[in-house]
Amino acid sequence: MKPTLQVQVFEEGTGPLPEPASPLARVKPARSDEYFRWLTAGCALVLPLIMFAIGLALLYYSVPALRKFGVGFFFTEEWNPVTQEFGALSSIYGTLMSTLLAMLLAVPLSLAIAIFLVELAPPRLSRTVGTMIELLAAIPSIIYGMWGMFVFAPIMASTLQPWLTAYVGWIPGLGAFFQGPPMGLGMLTAGLILGFMVLPFTCAITRDVFQMVPPVVKESAYGLGATTWEVTCKVTLPYGLVGIIGAFFLGLGRALGETMAVTFVIGNAHKINLGLFYPGNSIASCMANEFAEATELIYISSLICLGLVLFVITYLVQVGSQMMLRRMYRAWSVGL
Amino acid sequence: MRPMKPRSPRPRKTLNLVVNLWAVASAAIGIMALFWITITVLIRGWQALNLDFFTRMPTPPGVEGGGLLTAMVGTLVLTLIATLAAVPLGLLGGIFLAEFGQESKVADNSRFAANVLMGMPSIIVGVFAYALLVLTLGNFSGYAGAFALFVIMLPIIIRTTEDMLRLVPNTLREAALALGFPRWKVTLFIVFRAARSGLLTGVLLAVARVSGETAPLLFTALNSPFHRFFSWNLGLNEPYPNLTVTIFDYAMSPYPDWQGKAWGASLVITVGILVLTIFARWLFRERKA
Repeated sequence: MKPTLQVQVFEEGTGPLPEPASPLARVKPARSDEYFRWLTAGCALVLPLIMFAIGLALLYYSVPALRKFGVGFFFTEEWNPVTQEFGALSSIYGTLMSTLLAMLLAVPLSLAIAIFLVELAPPRLSRTVGTMIELLAAIPSIIYGMWGMFVFAPIMASTLQPWLTAYVGWIPGLGAFFQGPPMGLGMLTAGLILGFMVLPFTCAITRDVFQMVPPVVKESAYGLGATTWEVTCKVTLPYGLVGIIGAFFLGLGRALGETMAVTFVIGNAHKINLGLFYPGNSIASCMANEFAEATELIYISSLICLGLVLFVITYLVQVGSQMMLRRMYRAWSVGL
Repeated sequence: MRPMKPRSPRPRKTLNLVVNLWAVASAAIGIMALFWITITVLIRGWQALNLDFFTRMPTPPGVEGGGLLTAMVGTLVLTLIATLAAVPLGLLGGIFLAEFGQESKVADNSRFAANVLMGMPSIIVGVFAYALLVLTLGNFSGYAGAFALFVIMLPIIIRTTEDMLRLVPNTLREAALALGFPRWKVTLFIVFRAARSGLLTGVLLAVARVSGETAPLLFTALNSPFHRFFSWNLGLNEPYPNLTVTIFDYAMSPYPDWQGKAWGASLVITVGILVLTIFARWLFRERKA
C-alpha cells in the first residue's frame, strides 16, 4: 500500500481564526456568576421571543380576514374598503414584480462595481469609492422615495417611458411589458428606485466576498496568463459563489420589504397590469398608505394578513441567505 | 503528430476589454446615481433651511412659514427612549453570546433570531407594535413608536456587542480571572473597558439606523402637529410628532411650501445620520490602529 501524503494547508489572509472557547468554562463558577449568567441568557432570549411573538401576533390578527375570505384571499385581486372586499393578489404580485426588477438592475451592477473596485481601480480610489458606497447604505429609504417622486419620476415621464414605448414597445412579447400611461409613477419606476436602493448593500457584500478570495489563488491564475475577466469568472466567482448568492438574498430580503422608497413612486392602485408603466402597489406600500386610516376590524385584519405574507416570505429568504453565508464561512475556515 | 496551432489571444483580450469597460461604465452609473440623490437632497434641502425651520412650530395646511421644531424634538425623544431600552438589554444579551453561551443551543437560537430580525422589513415591526400596543391601548401613541424602534435596534446592538467582545483577547480574561475576579466583574470592568469604543460604535450605528426609519412609525407614533413635551410622560400617550413621518406627509401634500420643508427635513436627517455613521466608523478605526 502506498503511503498517502497528507498536507495541511494553512491559508493566509482568510481572516483571523475564531478564538477557542475559554478554557475556564469548566471551572465551577461563583454564585454571583450564576445569577449574571442567567440574567444575560434572559436578555439574549428576548430576540427569539420577539421573533416568535411577531409571527404569533400577525397570525392572531389575520384570523378574521382568513376566516371571512379563506384561501381565496391570496388569489383575489379585488381590494375595496367600501364594500369590505379584500384580496391580496395585486399586492403580492407588485411586491414580487418590483423586487424582480430591482434585482435585475442591482445584480449586474453590483457585480460590475465589485469587479471595478477589487480588480481594476487603484487601491486608493477603490478604498474611497468603497467607503462612499458603504455610507450610501446608511441613507434612509424615505430620501430615496423623495428623490424618486420629485426628480426621477418626471424624467421617467418625459424621456425614458416615451422612448421605451417607441423603441421597445413594438417587439412582440417583450413589448407587452413596456405599455401604459407615461406618468412617471408606476411599477417600473418603483423597481428602478428599489434597485438603486439595494445596490449599496449587495455591492458592499459582493466586494467583501471578492476581496476575501486569497490573493495567491488569483495571482496564480494571472501568472498563467489569464485576463482579468477570466480570473473573475473562473476563479473569483466559483470561489465566492455561495457568498455572492447569500449577498443577493440579503438584498432581495431588503427589496421585498422596502416601504418608503416604493410607496412614493409605485402609484398605489390595486390592479395587476402586465405593462410596467401602470401604477401598482406592493404589500409594504399598501400597508403604509392604508393602515393609519383603517378602522373596521376586517380591514385591519386584511392589512395584517398582508403583513403576515410579507413576514413569511422575508423569513424564508433570510433563512436561505443565512444558510448560504454560513456555508461559505465554514468552507473558508477550512481552507481551499 | 502535428504541432498544435497557437490560438490567437485576440478574442480573449477583446472580451476582457469589453468586460472591463462595462465594469467601469456601470461603476460610474451606479455611483453617479447614488451621488445624484445625495446632491439633490443637499441642494433642495439647503434652500428650505432657515432659522425659523429650527425654531418654530408647524403651521396649519396651506399657511406658509413656521418650522419643524416639534418634529425634530419628537424624533430625538423617540430615538432616545428606544436607545435607553435597547442598550442595556443588548449589551447583556451580547455578553451572553460572546462570554457564556458561545456555541450553546440558546446562543445559536438567539443569533439566528438576531439575523432574521435584522433583515425583517421595518414595516413588519411596525405592524407588530401596532398589534401589541395600538390595538390594545386603543390609540396611536409615542410608546408604540418607541417600542417599534426598540425592536429594530435590539438585534443590531446584540450582534455588534458580540462581535466586539470576541475581538478582546482571551489572555486578558484569564489574567483577570487568575487574580480572583468573578466573571461578571471581569466582563463588566475589564472586557468592556477593552472593547469600549467598539461597543460605542455599535450603539451609534444602531441609533443612526433607527433615526431614519419611517415605516415603523407610520401607524404607531403616527404624527402630530401638536406636542405635550412638558407633561409628566412627555406626551407619549398620544400621537407623537416626528421628523420622518412629517417628511412623508409634507412630501405627499399639494403645498409647495410643505414640499420644500420636506426637503429641508430630509437634509437634516441625512446629514445627521451621515455624521453619526462617519463618527462611529472613525471611532472604530481609531481603536484598531
